[in-house]
Amino acid sequence: MNPLHGISVIANGATFEREVPARKLLLDFLREDLGLLSVHAGCEHGVCGTCTVLMNGQSIRSCITLAVQANGSEITTVESLAGRTPMHPLLEAFWEKQALQCGYCTPAMIMRAHEFLSENPHPSREEARDAISSNLCRCTGYQFIVDAVMDAADRLERAAEVG
Amino acid sequence: MPEQSSWIGRSMRRVEDPKLISGRAGYIDDVGVPRLLHVAVLHSPHPHALIKSIDVSAARALPGVAAVITGAEAAELCEPITQPDEPNAWRCLAVDKVRYVGEAVVAVAAESRYVAEDACGLISVVYEELPPVVDAGEAASPSAPLLHEGLGSNVIYNRAFKFGPVDSTFAKADSIITDELRWHRMGGQPLETVGAIASYDPSTGQLTIQTNSRIVPHLKADFARALKVPSHKLDIQPVPAGGSFGSKHFAARVPTIAAIMSKALGRPVKYIEDRLENISTCDHHGTDCADHLELALSSDGTMLGFKRHSTDDYGAYLFNGVASHANAMSQSTGPYRIESLEYGIRAVLTNKCQQGSYRGFGAEVGNWMLERMVDLAAKRLGVDRVEIRRKNFIQSDQFPYKMPVGNLYDSGDYVAVLDKALEIAGYDALIKEQKRLRAEGRYIGIGIATCQLRSVPNSTEHWFLTDAAEGPSMLPESVTINVDVAGNIIVTLHVNSFWGTSPETMAVQMVAEELGVEPSRITVVYADSSQSLPAIGPGGSRLTAMLGGAVGGASTKIRVKAMQIAAELLEVASDDLEWTGDGVRVKGSPSRQKSLQEIAQTAYIFRHKLPPGMEAGLQASFAYDLPIMTMPAADRSDMGVFYPIVGHACHIPVVEVDVKTGGVKFLSYFVVQDSGTMVNPRSLEGQVIGGIAQGIASALLEEYVYDHDGQLRTTSYLDYLLPTAAEVPDITVAFLETPSPFTWHGVKGAGESGRMAAPAAVASAIDDALAPWGVRVREMPATPERLLTLIGAAGKPEVTGVG
Repeated sequence: MNPLHGISVIANGATFEREVPARKLLLDFLREDLGLLSVHAGCEHGVCGTCTVLMNGQSIRSCITLAVQANGSEITTVESLAGRTPMHPLLEAFWEKQALQCGYCTPAMIMRAHEFLSENPHPSREEARDAISSNLCRCTGYQFIVDAVMDAADRLERAAEVG
Repeated sequence: MPEQSSWIGRSMRRVEDPKLISGRAGYIDDVGVPRLLHVAVLHSPHPHALIKSIDVSAARALPGVAAVITGAEAAELCEPITQPDEPNAWRCLAVDKVRYVGEAVVAVAAESRYVAEDACGLISVVYEELPPVVDAGEAASPSAPLLHEGLGSNVIYNRAFKFGPVDSTFAKADSIITDELRWHRMGGQPLETVGAIASYDPSTGQLTIQTNSRIVPHLKADFARALKVPSHKLDIQPVPAGGSFGSKHFAARVPTIAAIMSKALGRPVKYIEDRLENISTCDHHGTDCADHLELALSSDGTMLGFKRHSTDDYGAYLFNGVASHANAMSQSTGPYRIESLEYGIRAVLTNKCQQGSYRGFGAEVGNWMLERMVDLAAKRLGVDRVEIRRKNFIQSDQFPYKMPVGNLYDSGDYVAVLDKALEIAGYDALIKEQKRLRAEGRYIGIGIATCQLRSVPNSTEHWFLTDAAEGPSMLPESVTINVDVAGNIIVTLHVNSFWGTSPETMAVQMVAEELGVEPSRITVVYADSSQSLPAIGPGGSRLTAMLGGAVGGASTKIRVKAMQIAAELLEVASDDLEWTGDGVRVKGSPSRQKSLQEIAQTAYIFRHKLPPGMEAGLQASFAYDLPIMTMPAADRSDMGVFYPIVGHACHIPVVEVDVKTGGVKFLSYFVVQDSGTMVNPRSLEGQVIGGIAQGIASALLEEYVYDHDGQLRTTSYLDYLLPTAAEVPDITVAFLETPSPFTWHGVKGAGESGRMAAPAAVASAIDDALAPWGVRVREMPATPERLLTLIGAAGKPEVTGVG
């Protein structure tokens, strides 16, 4: 009734070959098949951005993307930035600025910030606020997230200088 | 207690965050269990209908489906969730009749959520539609269709209270300002919905529920009764919540459905609400009421008395939402010296989701209404709106202040907060700028609101609901501090208290303060309910202040025992020792000392070095109850002290209203708040700003809209509008610290604070912007449509009208 389709996805640098039903959402695929639990369901129809991941470097809503659409693509989630020593500057900035409370929107917010800072490494505060307006956060009122994006830009620049 | 204050007042990084920023939070949907089944639920498409028949045969026959349970079957498996002995009992699945759109009707458990949802699509329910009861006023009429026939009326609660000499107050008043105000329903809408995994072991009768819903230990007996298991066989395991804002306070529907399906199947079952469910039947929506208000004043603007008569558009089942009025009552006369209060509550059942808690839980509505009336009084009496507040403030030497309801305000300096707010806002310059821009055809508004921020409730707040001789009177919080054999510390919190506030950071800073131990040596864990001591967790802005008391009590026990051990080791009297932070030394002889590690080692390993007969180990628990409370009067003419730790804030937002679109844009937003001693100023500021964002959305955006047919029209985030970063401005926050005389280190609660004041301030700013039309915001949220209607009805603006 639900035939399986073979897909190949590079997730956080590792290649995965899996068989999935056509209707399986990328969100569910990443969580259930690949165990990437940083990817969270929020509104489930592409509005809130809580399920944001990068596909080939661009942010997408994994709750309105099918897993089969990700065939042959490269997916990046916050797991790729986590667990480093020293901590990744973007994560460090979120921690330092208390840019989260419950943390549920945070992995997606970090990936959106990651994408944004790769495009605009020296943003103004207004640009940073505008950039994260794609993603809802119910806890923080956004101000400390904007603080963190600005702080991350500084940290990333310093890290680049150090080499 | 050590004298130095090393860790209180530091904006240290939160200890909760490393796992959260790494995607390792372990939310309920992240939890996996072998042989897990997944639940999907079929909901009512009708607001009011009889269930004539349900055909689940096709669903049951679908491969992968393990169980299909109807409401009638569920009623055999569990008792009602609330009000079990009342005709309006609420069940996890509707029986015989549905009473709002989205009410759960049939639950399916299957090998995957996809299959479970397929099965829902195969269920056929025959309904006989009944006329929906949508308007609270009409619902109260004797001829209205009844939601619950056994009640004989849709009016579920109707009572008016008089606190103080109401009649004589109003008789002596020079002026009585009246208005009708409307607050529409909205809700917490955390980005994570309610979820649970229930695992029933038929061999032992043990039911384990992992859930992000906060089911506190003292409700466990009720919950066990509903689930038909003995309380000692029910273990509720805490799971961090991806936000709550009150909405996950005893959200019982989801864990109940998971539990009965697991019991029926003997397999673990996971049920995670989807967004539509969370919007339409998330256990409870927030306050929805239409009120008549009266403020009595003397001719010079002195406030004398206040009347509030509320009609609650309650929803289909009596839940705990009427308690929202206790929250409002606790600070119903605001920061003002008002001598008497009349407070009427009429709760009416309608074909909508029932009410419950959302950040502020009625206190935000009360603040908004009182501040609306103060603004109106200033306008009518021709008094400056800042000065009418200043003139009526309770003065700093009048604390603790007993307000008419009987509640106590512990401490404060409201004039200082107001002055500081005017200063950081540059109020006078703002008014000049407003005039200049008005000449350019721009409508700038400066809002002002001065609001109470009640915190730390006692359960006596619910006594207003009945005339019973007694009811619950305790809301304690417990902490266990365990010093391990290496001198490191594990702190146990006793309820699933991670909602997004910072209980772990608070506990770490408090224990570090008390015992002088570096935070890196302290870990916080949460007890399963099978191990938990009395605890409530977050809610009513209580947790930080209550944790402080509990940590203080447990730390004292640890220090006393550690000193006794050290006295034995150092061969001196306990009295000759002093706590140094991380250990003990002999007074006047600092080289003679024992570290906490040495003391702990002795307590775990060396019986021969312990004082004779001393118990092994170095751990202590403390169950801390409200530091001050008094009992309500038998006739409820005085509700006693039930919400006594009271902060205060002044909000000054500056908005621009686009009079062509009705859109409101923030130019700036200033806040001065006094929530007593701050434990972590950055975290507190984050709570304030986050609460203001929700308050702004309450004022402008968010509303669960039911149409005249009882259909819910806001069923997704395309219609129910959470604020984005574009709708919320940068907010300038300053703090004053007037300690509470009653709490640990003078801490007050503040989790709900931002949302308690922002709607009042934003409404005031919009009025100010629209002063040329002379219109007033009398309905929340003030959507563009509502503002355009106001402007349109007012006709042409007065060219000279400013401020």
